[in-house]
Amino acid sequence: MSNKISETLTFECETGNYHTFCPISCVAWLYQKIEDSFFLVVGTKTCGYFLQNALGVMIFAEPRYAMAELEEGDISAQSNDYEELKRLCLQIKKDRNPSVIIWIGTCTTEIIKMDLEGMAPKLENELGIPIVVARANGLDYAFTQGEDTVLAAMAHRCPEQILLIERKKVIQDSNIQNLFSFLSLEKKEETTNKNFEKLKKNSPLVLFGSLPSTVASQLSSELKRQSVQVSGWLPAQRYTDLPSLGDQVYVCGVNPFLSRTATTLMRRRKCKLIGAPFPIGPDGTRAWIEKICSVFGIKTKGLEKREEQIWENLKDYLDLVRGKSVFFMGDNLLEISLARFLIRCGMIVYEIGIPYLDKRYQAAELLFSQNTCKNMSIPMPRIVEKPDNYNQIQRMRELKPDLAITGMAHANPLEARGINTKWSVEFTFAQIHGFTNARDILELVTRPLRRNNNLENLGWSNLTKKETKNKI
Amino acid sequence: MKLAYWMYAGPAHIGTLRVASSFKNVHAIMHAPLGDDYFNVMRSMLERERDFTPVTASIVDRHVLARGSQEKVVDNITRKDKEERPDLIVLTPTCTSSILQEDLQNFVDRASITSNSDVILADVNHYRVNELQAADRTLEQVVRYYLEKARRQGTLDQSITKEPSANIIGIFTLGFHNQHDCRELKRLLQDSNIKVNKVIPEGGSVKDLQDLPKAWFNLVPYREIGLMTAIYLEKNFGMPYISITPMGIVDTAECIRQIEKHVNNLVSNKKFNYEPYIDQQTRFVSQAAWFSRSIDCQNLTGKKAVVFGDATHAASITRILAREMGIRVSCTGTYCKHDAEWFKEQVQGFCDEILVTDDHTKVGDMIARIEPSAIFGTQMERHIGKRLDIPCGVISSPVHIQNFPLGYRPFLGYEGTNQIADLVYNSFTLGMEDHLLEIFGGHDTKEVITKSLSTDTDLTWNHESQLELNKIPGFVRGKIKRNTEKFARQNNITNITVEIMYAAKEALSA
Repeated sequence: MSNKISETLTFECETGNYHTFCPISCVAWLYQKIEDSFFLVVGTKTCGYFLQNALGVMIFAEPRYAMAELEEGDISAQSNDYEELKRLCLQIKKDRNPSVIIWIGTCTTEIIKMDLEGMAPKLENELGIPIVVARANGLDYAFTQGEDTVLAAMAHRCPEQILLIERKKVIQDSNIQNLFSFLSLEKKEETTNKNFEKLKKNSPLVLFGSLPSTVASQLSSELKRQSVQVSGWLPAQRYTDLPSLGDQVYVCGVNPFLSRTATTLMRRRKCKLIGAPFPIGPDGTRAWIEKICSVFGIKTKGLEKREEQIWENLKDYLDLVRGKSVFFMGDNLLEISLARFLIRCGMIVYEIGIPYLDKRYQAAELLFSQNTCKNMSIPMPRIVEKPDNYNQIQRMRELKPDLAITGMAHANPLEARGINTKWSVEFTFAQIHGFTNARDILELVTRPLRRNNNLENLGWSNLTKKETKNKI
Repeated sequence: MKLAYWMYAGPAHIGTLRVASSFKNVHAIMHAPLGDDYFNVMRSMLERERDFTPVTASIVDRHVLARGSQEKVVDNITRKDKEERPDLIVLTPTCTSSILQEDLQNFVDRASITSNSDVILADVNHYRVNELQAADRTLEQVVRYYLEKARRQGTLDQSITKEPSANIIGIFTLGFHNQHDCRELKRLLQDSNIKVNKVIPEGGSVKDLQDLPKAWFNLVPYREIGLMTAIYLEKNFGMPYISITPMGIVDTAECIRQIEKHVNNLVSNKKFNYEPYIDQQTRFVSQAAWFSRSIDCQNLTGKKAVVFGDATHAASITRILAREMGIRVSCTGTYCKHDAEWFKEQVQGFCDEILVTDDHTKVGDMIARIEPSAIFGTQMERHIGKRLDIPCGVISSPVHIQNFPLGYRPFLGYEGTNQIADLVYNSFTLGMEDHLLEIFGGHDTKEVITKSLSTDTDLTWNHESQLELNKIPGFVRGKIKRNTEKFARQNNITNITVEIMYAAKEALSA
């Protein structure tokens, strides 16, 4: 019976009454990633209050982001949006001199239909600083999808690849000619060819998704071992280093929430998308590398052994999680990949809540999850899009999972009711990609289990007063 | 438009939610886009709440933009009515719904026909009031709603209690040390032989609001929230109120004298006299009066301090520092711009200058200019202090989780005076230490150079790995470096590359 269920994926959709972070939170990690950027969130006090509270102490480190706080005059169009934004951006230019200003559109700018996309090019000309517009608002998106909107907007700013190669060629040719002018013509040709050999090794591969620079270089070096050269990242460490794109360029995502970016890269920049599972967990990382290699016609070497080695290193944690059940309430779109990894670790997943599921962008990951379930011979968990937190809590009361992966709004109340929880937000900020960081995921997942193992015998796991029956 | 990095007071709906969720069995429904329910996180994390925060959102999404909320809000209200059976549902507008200008009152009217709960629309304008003003307003609105309802239904009993009694108005969730203050106020009233009639909104039931007029008087400990309610009750029920914050020895005594006055107005036979109690508490129970006479406190004489916070706390602390401890308050200020007049009047004569602003950079500049020996402010001032290397005691919201202590830390009443004395004293560099530092020319700043026993190393880090190492945050870099070198030695590797670093991380699970 279990096999039957796992053959067909079931997707449900609930009311969308769930807790998640506002997508503008992406400025928190993106301003740190893109070192020469400045993020200007055009919104209200509500947005500002969220940012300052959600980002905790980061606010005190002179962040390269600010609110353009809309006042009553802006809402009722008594003041001129263009002039106002110009004034603020001039001040930002004067104080910080960034290489790019990113305007984050919010719910309010949507509702009052402020034409950010229209104003940006004009102001860009006047100011001499590129202005990128991303509409990361709570009307349309959830949490990590904020990064998706920013990267999709940035994809338009990447230089054109063909032009660049040609220019490079010209420069190279002339350089080589200058250098080797004393050599004979034949030799000259030889060296140029050699140089082209190097470039041609594999078609340019650009990875997209914002990762801490250490994780990014870990993934790059994993691919390098298989002799796949990564030609660039979107985003790069600096705005001025954005990778070049074009119809010869292959792109591959590292995070499951980047579907708009993927679409933009394919449709607008004519790149070729490699649809692969995401490099989360050793199983995911291996599948990701294998898929990329297969596209370039490269036979992988030593991957299987490497994965095995990683699993071997995780043994102590695996003993802890095996057979335990987990419930994803869903708020950051990493859920499918994490669930797949945890199933492979021997856990039972009751439900995968997820804000939004792009079945095409996540196709490879979904297929991989299905296969993982089959291999572990457990049914494919139900996937609940736009979940309803109230209903989920009712379900959780019945299922009594060993672990709930949930937002901070529910974590303490669930703990008080004897359900172990792990804050889902930590998975977005921790390093979870690649072989090297598999242990960090399990470190997070097992932390409540380990903590509660220590406290188990004290006899006070349920810490709520007796409640009336008809209430949660 | 305003360029803003940080704000002292939150948006209006936060105030409404704080009041609504402080009452027992009241549910708030926000008319807001996805992600605006951040209030739940704050309450759950900062207050370490065990129960689910009774706040849900009726989500505004693209469809709502296109067609209006239609049935959605009404459905959400009736659904919550069935699920949780609250006494009251408060529909809370946000900045988003302010602009949409939907007729929320209409939704409320429709929903209240079908639901068993009472339903009201919080009457706050996002663009006109801040968190504190909204909280004040919402509390008054809820109280008015239930008193008028009781009057209509004829259940309003206006007779006062036999024994003297008081309402405490303005204790609520996410308030700065509110829980502890509430306990201290109850004790103060108990010591004065006064019964506590009702505490609102924290832990109160809306069904009991009709009993509010039974008290002899109202006590409003904080300036920011509760005053509107007290004024309403005075106007409509002739209830006197006391709005002197019992913070510090002098003001606590003043507050008790006011209580005495109000109580004696109503009793005819035996008059209350609290003077012996005040004297006893001041001289022997509270340690603060003695502390300010002790030689410890001498060292603080004339030291410069800066105070900033909400109107209540900033004003009270300013007076305590100046009047009770002999500290020179160079500048005091508040972000409660709407209450500037009151604030200026309160601190007149207790400080050199007054700053009323909600721009934290102005506060930072002021502190940098004055260079005080200690700051008493919010979490923001604490961080300014860190940057300038000036100690800071936190005396007001906005605050972090460490300002929700588990231990008993009131700011009000006689125990409060002890807590404040500790806070003030510990914030200044301790007296004797101060002298010694001056004499010996500062702290010993010699750093620990190496943590390993032998300093000679046979390992070389190549350029890339060194760069990689530098990318690792400072506080773990040393550990990573040691672990990598350990791994390299174990495997007889002398040249450390980036790959070796990763291999070491995998092997040692660092």
